[in-house]
Amino acid sequence: MTRRLVSALALLGALLLGVAVLAIFLGSARLSPLTVLRVLGGGAGAESTEHVVVLGLRLPRIAAAVLAGGALAVAGVGFQGLTRNPLAEPSVLGVSAGAAFGVVVGQLAGGSGAVFDAVRVAAFGFGGALVAGAAVYLIASVHGAFPIQTLLLAGVIVGIFFGSAVTVLISLVDIDRLGGVVHWLLGNIAPLPARSLLVFACLAALGFAAIVSQARELNVLALGEEAARQLGINAERVKAQIFVAAALLTSSVVAFAGPIGFVGLIVPHMLRLLLGPDNRLLVPTAMVGGGTFLLIADTIARNAVAPAELSVGIITSFFGAPFFVYLLRTRRGVL
Amino acid sequence: MTVARFDGVDFSYPLAEPRRGHPFTLRGVSFDLAAGEVFGVLGPNSAGKTTLIRLLTRIVSPTGGTIEVEGVALAAMTRAELARRIAVVPQDMPQGLPFTVQELVLMGRYPHAPRRFFETPHDLAVAREAMTATGVLDLADARVAVLSGGERQRVALARALAQEPRLLVLDEPTAHLDLRYQVECVALLRRVNRERGTTIVLVSHDLNLAGALCDRLLLLADGRIARLGTPAEVLEETMLTTIYGCSVSVERNALTGRPVVQVAWRR
Repeated sequence: MTRRLVSALALLGALLLGVAVLAIFLGSARLSPLTVLRVLGGGAGAESTEHVVVLGLRLPRIAAAVLAGGALAVAGVGFQGLTRNPLAEPSVLGVSAGAAFGVVVGQLAGGSGAVFDAVRVAAFGFGGALVAGAAVYLIASVHGAFPIQTLLLAGVIVGIFFGSAVTVLISLVDIDRLGGVVHWLLGNIAPLPARSLLVFACLAALGFAAIVSQARELNVLALGEEAARQLGINAERVKAQIFVAAALLTSSVVAFAGPIGFVGLIVPHMLRLLLGPDNRLLVPTAMVGGGTFLLIADTIARNAVAPAELSVGIITSFFGAPFFVYLLRTRRGVL
Repeated sequence: MTVARFDGVDFSYPLAEPRRGHPFTLRGVSFDLAAGEVFGVLGPNSAGKTTLIRLLTRIVSPTGGTIEVEGVALAAMTRAELARRIAVVPQDMPQGLPFTVQELVLMGRYPHAPRRFFETPHDLAVAREAMTATGVLDLADARVAVLSGGERQRVALARALAQEPRLLVLDEPTAHLDLRYQVECVALLRRVNRERGTTIVLVSHDLNLAGALCDRLLLLADGRIARLGTPAEVLEETMLTTIYGCSVSVERNALTGRPVVQVAWRR
């Protein structure tokens, strides 16, 4: 088991590294590979354009994409295990929308939108994600189970509700106080300042640790809550921990990149095809695989229509929506 | 030696639940489970049989009285401590489980080291031995979802054996099995009881199965103990007729001398 996990992680890690190298050489500013290498080698002045593009824009953006993708995929595995439903995912469950509402409120609460307080915004997003997740949970649970239709409907409804709440806020407030909000709402990776990147990384690590430490318990929960308790699992605590951690991961992504959909659906499913249903393999590989996936999507978003840019959320939705339909038709209720 | 003791146990479900059935309670239930015995729990629908299992595994807690397992109050044990002592074979598993037989059986090792991330070679050895005991080792890599009812039952039993419990609780173990698998299941339980010394609690609707297999029977009716004793004492015509509300006759099996209950079908 350990060997399987290590080799899967090594393979995915190598893939991630390859994609990251590719991503750092690609971009709308036409820099030759040699120039990029010179910057990375420290051979360019700190004021030069090359230096700013490579170290100030591309590298932080790569880091943000990897963190966001990993966090979303791990949150997806968590929500899927929790609801025993392969279609559960942060955006499908409306948790992303709740987090987005929280983030917008957090932006407004800070006075000027220009002052970007990473921790405050993330905290408000977390609150929004918890409220939305709890609402879906209460609406969809039927005697402790989550029938697929009820769960999806509850997620859609809660998502619509918070989506319109965001729209209301935006229309009430001077749009300048929410600089770039429309772009952000589409799900958009931006080169984050170092401090924000650090906060993001800490939150993602926290959420990841909380879920991976319960991966074995998450497996047993598939037998049903009563059977899991009879096997020695404190089911309520495990479920609460995974729920809170998945909400934390979702909200940190929303706060630092926007509500990006379907990563938590596509990546865990592909990993399940490769590695099987064991969450002890899925959670760690989802962190790396999700990062790779979103980095690929973001590199496409940056370069497909250069010098303009697409939002990465548009790319993931473009591929994610058909994928969702495929899962719905073929794997009803089977994790 | 006593494996488990119920002492004046009362229980009623909280207000929300009885609306789905009739207001349900257990009253003053007291009995001891002796080490190594095969103990049957019988009774009509909603007599309290499943509630008894849920009390014993602390899914629900008594509203009065105490339950002890190996001399320790149930309430003082952690879930893992309890699961190392008591394993439950449920009536059925959820549909569409994604795991293989071996993965499922290995879950039985959880309570022995809850903090461990992956199972050890020892865990694997115990799981494989349990699969051998129930005859599902050949199916180790098959997905549980594709198995037949009889195979699933044996996998569930293997998972419970991998827990290495002192007390094995079975909830309607033969409900989904045809005659041949019922016979196999009974033989298997006898073997587990004999070879491992595991105490067995069998909750069943099947009076004849319980009568043939069990050392002692507990007959529940309306949440109270109607009778507790040997199969011959409990499976008795007037008692069963009163409790089940239909006329029965009890004869002796010519081979085993055990009581055999027959229903007098109304014409």
